[in-house]
Amino acid sequence: MQPVPITARITLPPSAQRGEVVTVRVLVRHPMERAVDAPGLTPVPRKILHTLRVTYSGEEVFRMALSPGIAANPYLEFTTIATDTGDLVFTWEEDGGTIYRREARLVVT
Amino acid sequence: MTRGWRKLLPLLALLLGAADVRPTQDYLSPEIRAAQEDPSRHPGWLWVEEGEALWGRGEPSCAACHGNIAGMAGVAARYPLVATDGALLDLEGRIERCRTQHQGESAFGRESEPLLALAAAIALQSRGMPVAVATDGPAAAFLEEGRHFYETRQGQLNLSCGQCHDNNAGRRLRGDVISNGLGTGYPAYRLEWNTMGSLHRRLRACSLGVRAEQFPLGSREYLTLELFLASRANGLPVEAPGLRR
Amino acid sequence: MTTLSRRAVLAVPLAAAAVPGSAAEDFAAATSAILAGRIPAEEGITLEIPPLSENGNSVDLSVRVNSPMTAENHITAIHILAEKNPIPLVATFSLTPRAGRAEVATRIRLATSQTIVAIAETSQGAVHRAAREVIVVLGACVETG
Ligand code: HEC
Ligand code: HEC
Repeated sequence: MQPVPITARITLPPSAQRGEVVTVRVLVRHPMERAVDAPGLTPVPRKILHTLRVTYSGEEVFRMALSPGIAANPYLEFTTIATDTGDLVFTWEEDGGTIYRREARLVVT
Repeated sequence: MTRGWRKLLPLLALLLGAADVRPTQDYLSPEIRAAQEDPSRHPGWLWVEEGEALWGRGEPSCAACHGNIAGMAGVAARYPLVATDGALLDLEGRIERCRTQHQGESAFGRESEPLLALAAAIALQSRGMPVAVATDGPAAAFLEEGRHFYETRQGQLNLSCGQCHDNNAGRRLRGDVISNGLGTGYPAYRLEWNTMGSLHRRLRACSLGVRAEQFPLGSREYLTLELFLASRANGLPVEAPGLRR
Repeated sequence: MTTLSRRAVLAVPLAAAAVPGSAAEDFAAATSAILAGRIPAEEGITLEIPPLSENGNSVDLSVRVNSPMTAENHITAIHILAEKNPIPLVATFSLTPRAGRAEVATRIRLATSQTIVAIAETSQGAVHRAAREVIVVLGACVETG
């Protein structure tokens, strides 16, 4: 399936030195809908982003498995060692198989 | 302002007999206040991003007539205001007019995602600027209506807005710290909502809180009330897009 | 305490509605699946979460594990568990030495007041565990009255 763009804010330092540990902050627009299956309520299937993968210049550097226990519009912070100037590619997989994608460039000096 | 000076403020207000109206950010928990100031951690910025994208869309686009969105600096601080045709418009109402009259499209609709996104992106341009709504001239009559609403006891609990937001500001109510009930942070991302929402949506919650009638979004009641709240906030900073629990 | 948690449950009706009635069992099962018989060290790991949360919809949480993060010795996974959530395993972060530090943060939903647990696994097979109690309160003037 072709990845679809998604509203996200990825915050990186404006530039980093080679070998520096940088903090990556990610906000992504998604309601993270929990399944509703209770008497008197219309059943709703779960629809969340269940996996996030992050590659850096093509190599996977981080992965997260999300559950319905993650807040709507998920926020995430992790670190990565700056190696070369390159793209961090974020792909989220949603229940049902849709893949969303965003990129952010890390400039290494 | 130093800490000590701030502590003195309520006392001063008491001595002067004046209502002490403080920026809402002063009442927020340290965590929420810090996140409100941090675009990398404030989910409201997701709406700002979408609003900035919408600014460039449409035929003609908002940008085609208005230029860069940065040119909207100070605009949100002047709303609500009375338009040339005599109607009281809040920022959302103003955007809807451009949408229908200048773009020839059907209205986005109150509380719709694109309207909230545009309002957030436009309001952000005024962040930190002092609220400066007109209260005289054609606004005066609307203002009085809003004041009346604010001061009237309502609902099964028979409470006026001011009984909480003036007399009990700073006190806790079921885990909330009662603020001065200003609209300066709206549209705001509320954790309770899990999304961005308008001031009118927030006002409906306060009406329900005292078991009083809830008016429709964009109703005359809430528009005039919004104007009165803004007059109370005149001189205080715009905080939108706010972050609320 | 009882009223507090009841209110907190009301704050997240959907989550509460989905509780199969055996959250405690699910939590124990999820925990032992991760530990796989290993005894966790209750040190070398810091879990930060506010003791009192103003809203169960979004609670800030961060985990930091002491680790050299070298190829030979690094953290491979950090798990977050919420004892009384309908789905106790809230998130799993997979790390490599390229992370440089074993430090993650996110925001979670809490159905009610409960214990939050973080478990970290090292590339050498060791496990570290930290736990924190959190109280969840519901605000005033919510749309549900
Ligand atoms: C065809 C030109 C045109 C387009 C397109 C247009 N506007 Fe406007 N806009 C105006 C004019 C003219 C005014 C001044 C008030 C009036 O006469 O309607 C205005 C006023 C405004 C104001 C109030 C400014 C103030 O100082 O009070 C806002 C906010 C605004 N527009 C937002 C938007 C947004 C958002 C869009 C896109 C959805 C948009 N406009 C599209 C022409 C346009
Ligand atoms: C029973 C007390 C009570 C009454 C009466 C009440 N409110 Fe509130 N209101 C609250 C509490 C508590 C909050 C949440 C904390 C805060 O922001 O002040 C709140 C929030 C607000 C907010 C949102 C402030 C922000 O920045 O998020 C506004 C605006 C507001 N109230 C306006 C009003 C108006 C107008 C009335 C009268 C129609 C009213 N309130 C009546 C208790 C009350």
